[in-house]
Amino acid sequence: MSSAPAPRPEIALGVTGLAVHFGGLVAIEDVTLEVREGEVLSLIGPNGAGKTTAFNAITGYLPPAAGEIHYRGRRLNGLKPHQNAELGIVRTFQKTSVFGGRTVLENVLMGLHLRSRQRALPIIFGLRWVAREERALELEARRILEFIGLAARADELGSALPYGEQRLLEIAIALAAKPSLLLLDEPVSGMNPAETADFMKKLREIRSLGITVLLVEHDMRMVMGVSDRVVCLNQGRIIADGTPAEIQRNPEVIRAYLGERYARAQG
Amino acid sequence: MKRALTAAWLVFLFSIPLWMQSLYIIHVLVITGIFIIAAMSLNLLLGYAGQLSLGHVAFFGIGAYASSLVSLGFSVHVAPEIVVALEPKPVWMAIPAGILFAGLAGWFIGRVAFKVRGAYFVIVSISFAEVVRLVAVNWVELTQGPMALNNIPPLTLWLPGAGEHTFWKKPENYWLVLTVAVLSHIVVRRLVHSRAGRAMIALRENEPLASSVGVDITRCLVLTAVVSAAMAGAAGALYAHYVRIVDPDVFLFIYTVTMVIMVVTGGKGTLAGPIVGGLIFGLLPETLRAFEIAPELQWILYGVLMVLILYFLPDGIVPAVRKWREQVRAGVAAEGK
Repeated sequence: MSSAPAPRPEIALGVTGLAVHFGGLVAIEDVTLEVREGEVLSLIGPNGAGKTTAFNAITGYLPPAAGEIHYRGRRLNGLKPHQNAELGIVRTFQKTSVFGGRTVLENVLMGLHLRSRQRALPIIFGLRWVAREERALELEARRILEFIGLAARADELGSALPYGEQRLLEIAIALAAKPSLLLLDEPVSGMNPAETADFMKKLREIRSLGITVLLVEHDMRMVMGVSDRVVCLNQGRIIADGTPAEIQRNPEVIRAYLGERYARAQG
Repeated sequence: MKRALTAAWLVFLFSIPLWMQSLYIIHVLVITGIFIIAAMSLNLLLGYAGQLSLGHVAFFGIGAYASSLVSLGFSVHVAPEIVVALEPKPVWMAIPAGILFAGLAGWFIGRVAFKVRGAYFVIVSISFAEVVRLVAVNWVELTQGPMALNNIPPLTLWLPGAGEHTFWKKPENYWLVLTVAVLSHIVVRRLVHSRAGRAMIALRENEPLASSVGVDITRCLVLTAVVSAAMAGAAGALYAHYVRIVDPDVFLFIYTVTMVIMVVTGGKGTLAGPIVGGLIFGLLPETLRAFEIAPELQWILYGVLMVLILYFLPDGIVPAVRKWREQVRAGVAAEGK
């Protein structure tokens, strides 16, 4: 489809030399990573390492200062967030982000935006198929709520849900947009251990739907439990890349997280 | 049940001129109805999409002027040698022209102004209305300026059973305005219960999240602005052919404020809000006048009432009533146990 330098076919998302600057501040520099089709790749790193910035640049919320982003052979640089969503790249946000003033069901219906064919004129003239499609969309929204485990909450306001369930609602909204690549920004922050364990199960189910996942997370038990590969960022640069087991042993990673002295003590 | 209630309301509203003797009250209802249509249009932009347009009267005025000019005809020198002229056209063609021009203005504002948001958009929208008003004042060859466009013809329609009919009388205009108001209400209701309306609400509630699931913000706002402006233009066109005189004062800021007050007190982002707010603030001045209260005092009462409503019901009347009814229902259910 595109004549751009296409990465190898099994690579879903290819990021090359990505840099983001805020004025004189270098947020991330020369970040190169690949997400393979169907895998769960985690992006870890201490606070301020640039994980969320990388997310924002990949999904079109921030303009990169340098670097290339490709998804399934298409160049993403310069695309707006909604155009990325059309390509199947859907993200969640670090801070809980739902449509608080709307019911849970409506929240998911809003996520179904791209799955509707409705246009202004058919809506205004009240064509039959519009009403038919609305009913189909509602069924689909309920199905997604069933999957994520919020079906019983359908008629409650988004902001009325407890924190952990709001985080699930975010995932439901994102899944409604039918992603092929899902970027989750600290999905379990604020969840208790039981909720986190449930969420890890959910994530495996999401993955079994064929959705590739790029995960930013601080909860190491979760990261090590669900990821195929882990990339570690520190101060805007990638310092390690490997399987969860390799990352756990990597001295650079230990130094970044726990400090110089701890790393020496280990060695 | 709900459908029967709606039908009963419609029968009641349409029957008013049949038993209401006072033409003055009918006149007040016509003007109120026109303002309600304008308020409904503003509600789309302000209530659903969450964009405060303080220049909304521009669309109303553009609809009024465009429809009047098409029905009166004009001849204007755009350059020393070039004359743009239009023969008078029948009013049933003029009104759609007014709607079209207002919609185009909405498209323009949507394209240009939504690059800036929040307070900046408010300023751009006020400026837009002011510029349009200055054009109306100063382009005397086209608009007659402060001398106003006079003798605007009323609407003539071919009606089944009645043949060609001209809407001279107040009751006829009442029915006309009511019909357009009902149609506008249906358009708004369909929009907000569809993908387009959900996108507007999503944008209002959480813009980054909306774009993350594929809502094209610009496109959504432009669509909202076009529909909203066209509807305000329809109200303006109805106004022009009812009052039959249009001067640059239709662009006064106070009319925008009136629309905003109607929407906000009634309940922005609710279907019934602009209707409730419009009825209160459309009929209140006349009620006060009936009690022969001094005009200065009327304005004060008007303001006090608005402050009180917003102080006690910050979301507006309709959401407050809805909440109250839910509480009553929950209370009844609790007692039943």
